[in-house]
Amino acid sequence: MQTVETARADDDALTPPALKEGHSDWPSFKKFLGLFPLSTSMLVVGMALTLLVQSYVVFRELGHLFLVGTEWDPVYGSYGALPFLAGTLLTSVLALLLSLPLSMAMAILLGEYLRSGLFSSFLQGVLELLAGIPSIVYGFWGLMVLVPFVRVLQETVGAPTFGVSVMAASLLLAVMVTPYAASVGAEVLRLVPQDLKEAAYALGATRLEVLLGVSLPYARSGLFAGMMLSFGRALGETMAVTMVIGNANRLPTSVWEPASTMASVIANEFAEAVEEMHLLSLVALGFLLMVVTVAISLASKWIIQHLAGGEGR
Amino acid sequence: MKGRMWRWVLCAVAVLTLSSMASAQVELLGAGATFPYPLYSKMFDAYTKQTGVKVNYQSIGSGGGIRQLLNRTIDFAGSDAIMKDEDMAKLPGGEGLHIPMALGAVVVAYNLPELGDARLKLTPDVIADIYLGKIRWWNDERIRKINPGVDVPARGIVVVHRSDGSGTTFIFTSYLSRVSKEWKEKVGAGTAVKWPVGVGGKGNEGVSGMVKQLPGAIGYMEFNYAKQNKIPVADVMNRKGKFVAPSVESVAAAADVEMPDHARVMIVDTEAEDGYPISGFTWIIVPKEQKYEGRTFERARALVDLLWWMLHDGQAFHRELDYGPITGVALKKAEALVKSIQYDGKPIIQ
Repeated sequence: MQTVETARADDDALTPPALKEGHSDWPSFKKFLGLFPLSTSMLVVGMALTLLVQSYVVFRELGHLFLVGTEWDPVYGSYGALPFLAGTLLTSVLALLLSLPLSMAMAILLGEYLRSGLFSSFLQGVLELLAGIPSIVYGFWGLMVLVPFVRVLQETVGAPTFGVSVMAASLLLAVMVTPYAASVGAEVLRLVPQDLKEAAYALGATRLEVLLGVSLPYARSGLFAGMMLSFGRALGETMAVTMVIGNANRLPTSVWEPASTMASVIANEFAEAVEEMHLLSLVALGFLLMVVTVAISLASKWIIQHLAGGEGR
Repeated sequence: MKGRMWRWVLCAVAVLTLSSMASAQVELLGAGATFPYPLYSKMFDAYTKQTGVKVNYQSIGSGGGIRQLLNRTIDFAGSDAIMKDEDMAKLPGGEGLHIPMALGAVVVAYNLPELGDARLKLTPDVIADIYLGKIRWWNDERIRKINPGVDVPARGIVVVHRSDGSGTTFIFTSYLSRVSKEWKEKVGAGTAVKWPVGVGGKGNEGVSGMVKQLPGAIGYMEFNYAKQNKIPVADVMNRKGKFVAPSVESVAAAADVEMPDHARVMIVDTEAEDGYPISGFTWIIVPKEQKYEGRTFERARALVDLLWWMLHDGQAFHRELDYGPITGVALKKAEALVKSIQYDGKPIIQ
């Protein structure tokens, strides 16, 4: 593929002097710009390496037991991360599923029907507000309002009425991550080309048919990207989750039980960990969380490319 | 005009620099337990007013305080937990002196609206079995037997514990290890343990918040938190068979026992007749040898003066804040410990 410079340099008489080979300072400027993405990626790799190097001892001593062990016992020195891995994935997936109807509805509303106007700007403002509320405030709200509500649900279902549970954390996370999928989804739906839709209308499609048959399939990859953004946020959320999840370092067997996530246990125990192994196990948990986040990020990128490619764009 | 202005600016800068240098007093740094924080902040405030020496204490938790002391970033650590021997060996002088500064009670609070004003009584084995998950209902026979005449409701027990590492947990689990063999084998004592059942709240605030919210909940916390939040607490049976309510007096009584010179002793399950069984010291830990990493004699002396003041004039603040004062045997041991702090091998005060 030809670069812009060489392609234009072919047409010598018409090329402005600044873009001619050997006459421009563009290449050195490009190199200078290149420093920034390079340093950012080095930062990420550096962070991962630091975590790995510090917690290497844990992986060497405990081996695979760290990943599949279910006992987290600082007194007797056994550290198994499975309960937290399960807790993290369970709450994040459940949060995504719970937020899906709400965020998709908002996206379609703002992207298709209410593209402009007072009410539309109001709704967009509300979404931005939701996204901007600090997570500890969400945590307090969750503890004061959501937990009693979940207790009522638990009474109805017949589960022990802790209130603080996987369900409470998932509901809270669902509220927190909805704005991300909703705004990205609305953006992408607005970008659906008018002529595609008009073509469908011309063939006699109803508004709903255009939405389901043209807009949504076209915006598929973008909607999925919005969902993955939500999912990523839910994976890493710490303070709000730790206040409503119940902090029980056990493998959760039902959504009505209290549990812990990797982020919440690090937040809870890091400041107080005096034992060397305890501290390093928490660092190892941090590394594990990073690995999980990166893996899901890469997987979703691949899926997005697949979805986008499938449309022949 | 411009030249004149610059001279004024230089003057102002010089004055500011000189004045800040003149008031460069020793500022002592401490960190650690959250339990004594209300007491310490009041004491240090009074100390600064009296002597001009500033004391900066950060309540990051007992474990955090010990870690910072081992990292030699602070002058003293506040802790409800006793340092391990291996950790103490890493301090200068090979020993960390645990100077008891106050007494506290870890109370067992509960949420049973049906009880009204009636006080619940609990025995050590019942508390241990509740926290082991063996007793799951409030109207269990064993609870009803020790509470005759109290209409205990048929509610499930919701166990609440700490999610973060804490000295309060250390005191409570030390007590449970003392009174229940099964607890000692299965769980043990520590600032963070593997709780068999229950939900975790972050900090004393988290536990008290949860107990207040969840009907049927039982949780352990520092006495102050239950008192301030008006959460009912249980009378606990001590070793002599008496049901004792937590108070400044019953906690002080619990400490009035024989103790070793190094004062590194857990006074849970006390022998004292009227003592509250889940009591504990909160210590200030300092390295025995103060000459390390370029510390000056002045700084070490300032630290020792502070500690001496805390044990004498400073004890005036305890009662109104519901902390047990250090008196009698404990005070003598504490004074001896402060006198044994050394600089370059020589005691700093006699």
